[in-house]
Amino acid sequence: MLFLYSATIAALIMSVIADKNKTALSLKTALKIFLKILPDLLLVIVLAAFILYFIPASTIGRYLGADNQFFAITLALVFGSITMMPGFIAFPLCGLLLHQGVPYFVLGAFSTSLMMVGVITFPIEKTYLGVKTALLRNFISLVIALIVSLVIGIIYREILL
Amino acid sequence: MKKDKIIETTVFSLFTSFILLSFILRIDSGMQMGRKTIYFAKNLFLVLPPAFILIGLFQVWVKRESVEKHLGTGSGLMAHLWVTLLAGTTVGGLYVAFPVAAVLFRKGARIPVILTYLGAAAVVRIPMTIFEASFLGLKFTIIRYLISIPLIIISSEIFGRYLEAHSYKMRENSK
Repeated sequence: MLFLYSATIAALIMSVIADKNKTALSLKTALKIFLKILPDLLLVIVLAAFILYFIPASTIGRYLGADNQFFAITLALVFGSITMMPGFIAFPLCGLLLHQGVPYFVLGAFSTSLMMVGVITFPIEKTYLGVKTALLRNFISLVIALIVSLVIGIIYREILL
Repeated sequence: MKKDKIIETTVFSLFTSFILLSFILRIDSGMQMGRKTIYFAKNLFLVLPPAFILIGLFQVWVKRESVEKHLGTGSGLMAHLWVTLLAGTTVGGLYVAFPVAAVLFRKGARIPVILTYLGAAAVVRIPMTIFEASFLGLKFTIIRYLISIPLIIISSEIFGRYLEAHSYKMRENSK
């Protein structure tokens, strides 16, 4: 959090020195995007409330925790592949799950497959790429998500070799 | 305001009224839910201002066009890296990237480079990344980049060459 604020202030100062008008435009753009996705964020709060209230941390830990790593990764990959949500919703929820004890490698598997693999968008994708190529692209993406997840787990010492 | 935004706002308003009412009427479950949520909401709204300012700065200072200028120039690895940078400016999901990929194909970009663009548009979007790093930490984001980008480039090169060898053509338009 401290780093985020320092980085933002540093970036703002550099921007003001370089060009005041562009900085003003940046802030206006920031506000515009913020207002546009504010309803999404409000929904995230409601979702978070239900997760926090109805799903105890111990339950989350049992299914998505480090106890059964193979199961947790599989669940995260499947969930990431079949759902579709903007990063503005996904990452605050990931932050919440992290706080509830979900390990980084599970969040890595979920977020990477969420971004790269699209089951819902497949009908659109196949009109551009063709069925075979779209299938292969999604499969390769799934493998990449798995590798990313494993490496994250190893670096954070959640997956012990 | 779009329809789903109205629904989202309504859901939130109903939720907030329920929580407020719980505190007034001393409904235990509602109060408990409210307390648990406030911590999360507080954290969220602390992260949002700097995250959005960074996103705004990025949108204004890094213009798509300045990256696009370089698209035709590089060959080999450089072509992959430029297209990854282009993907970084993407706002929105993969579905926004497919039409751009179709344009790249029409302009004569190599299939492997187009595949890298699609992969990178999924994974490297800077505005989204700012959000990710804010909630999961910069370290998480850096690891994810360092692993996924090389994997995307390598797999695109292999898969793309295979497609080119089978004289694959991207469909020019859809719908």
